[in-house]
Amino acid sequence: MPLRKPPLRNHHDERGATFTEFGGWDMPVEFDSIKEEHLSVRDSVGIFDVSHMGEIEVSGPDAEQLMQRLTTNDVTQLSAGDSQYSMITDEDGNIIDDTVVYRLPDDDEADYLFIPNAGHGEQMHDRWKQFRNEWELDAEIRNATDDYAMYAVQGPDAADAVGEATEESVTDLSKFEAMYATVAGVRCWIARTGYTGEDGFELICPWDDAETVWDAFDCQPCGLGSRDTLRTEMGFLLSGQDFNHENDPRNPYEAKVSFTVKLDTEFVGRDALERAKEEGVEETFVGFQLIDRGVPRHGYDITNTDDTIIGTVTSGTMSPTLSEPIGLGYVPTDYADPGTVIRVMVRGRSKKAKIESTPFLNDK
Amino acid sequence: MSFEVPENCNYLESHEWVSVTDGTATIGISDFAQDELGDVVFVELPSEGDELAQGDEFGVVESIKAVSDLYSPVSGTVTDINDELESTPELVNEDPFGDGWMLEVEVDDESELDDLLSADEYRDQIE
Repeated sequence: MPLRKPPLRNHHDERGATFTEFGGWDMPVEFDSIKEEHLSVRDSVGIFDVSHMGEIEVSGPDAEQLMQRLTTNDVTQLSAGDSQYSMITDEDGNIIDDTVVYRLPDDDEADYLFIPNAGHGEQMHDRWKQFRNEWELDAEIRNATDDYAMYAVQGPDAADAVGEATEESVTDLSKFEAMYATVAGVRCWIARTGYTGEDGFELICPWDDAETVWDAFDCQPCGLGSRDTLRTEMGFLLSGQDFNHENDPRNPYEAKVSFTVKLDTEFVGRDALERAKEEGVEETFVGFQLIDRGVPRHGYDITNTDDTIIGTVTSGTMSPTLSEPIGLGYVPTDYADPGTVIRVMVRGRSKKAKIESTPFLNDK
Repeated sequence: MSFEVPENCNYLESHEWVSVTDGTATIGISDFAQDELGDVVFVELPSEGDELAQGDEFGVVESIKAVSDLYSPVSGTVTDINDELESTPELVNEDPFGDGWMLEVEVDDESELDDLLSADEYRDQIE
């Protein structure tokens, strides 16, 4: 199947980006240097093209009920212009996808917008329709992934950059608040959200206006490479790696995102998650730092000091901020306390590591 | 984009370069290779005294995004390694044919250089 191209594929190519396949999309992985891009976001500001993320609009009298029953967080807490991080779980409480749910303004055509991960848009669209029909709810679901471009402007100077680019004042938005604002004459949905651990904004604009909005920002373009190192330093989950519904199903308690689970709401997987909470989990998501030299990578075995395999590295990199090799993965809860010494098999060699609390950056 | 391909070196298809002076080979990775890898964060090298045969894996270079094995262009004994790369692996990006060199090998048989790519042949490979 040919890779889907974000609207600025050629624009990024002319800028000298290199590309990678991600979730079925041909996305820029690096513009200048992953390290340079990473440090721009930690020190000043960078802009990411994340148009590979899905967009699903949900509208109608039962939109709220449908959203409530298919996501783990409590959507009734959202006022117009609010958003929340949430999980989409199966009957067993395992994570199918993570998402941000936006409650749109009352005069909008749709009531909710949610953002599935790259390559999950169609699956979520089908899931929402299937359950709507099963539950006989009155709601319309639209897969709008091809209608919108999405950018993330992230870093300590993001508010200045977005403030300068918008006609309306968006810098008063609190974390997870959103509004419509105009960038270079284009109406954008702008939210104070992001996945780097820095202050920042995500902008959703019409696909056809993608270049106008991108060009309104004069800051370091960043690819998926630095997005990955930034989120790894924060201990944030990457869909398909840190949870993988097909190959390594994990529930939100194992994945350390229990704050997204509101058991006093009704949703698919609730009963299973109530049991998981009562019984506790056997394995849990941890961060670790390699003490020996080497770089941990996705798929490497984690062992205990007796060389027994106890887990797998789900994400790993050399942290550009810390200049230390860091990783994420699942281990038995007995090994989860910070300071616990474990080992990681790096290309056939056992390397000493220790469990660290996340985020890896102390000031985040 | 044009890459530096010094004429006084020979090359492996796997992008290592070698330059021999007075029976001692200096070995590193090419400008093209460092650019493909991106930010180099870790280089694992053999120990002095190790014996290498031509084509042997002698170490590993890791960037933020990728990991690559390193292969020896010649047979011989490792006489020196670039210790600087332990603390400043980015030298491989900054100066792949200079300060980013990786190891020196006392060459067993200089005729092995005939098995390697010339600068022109290597340039053809990467262009």
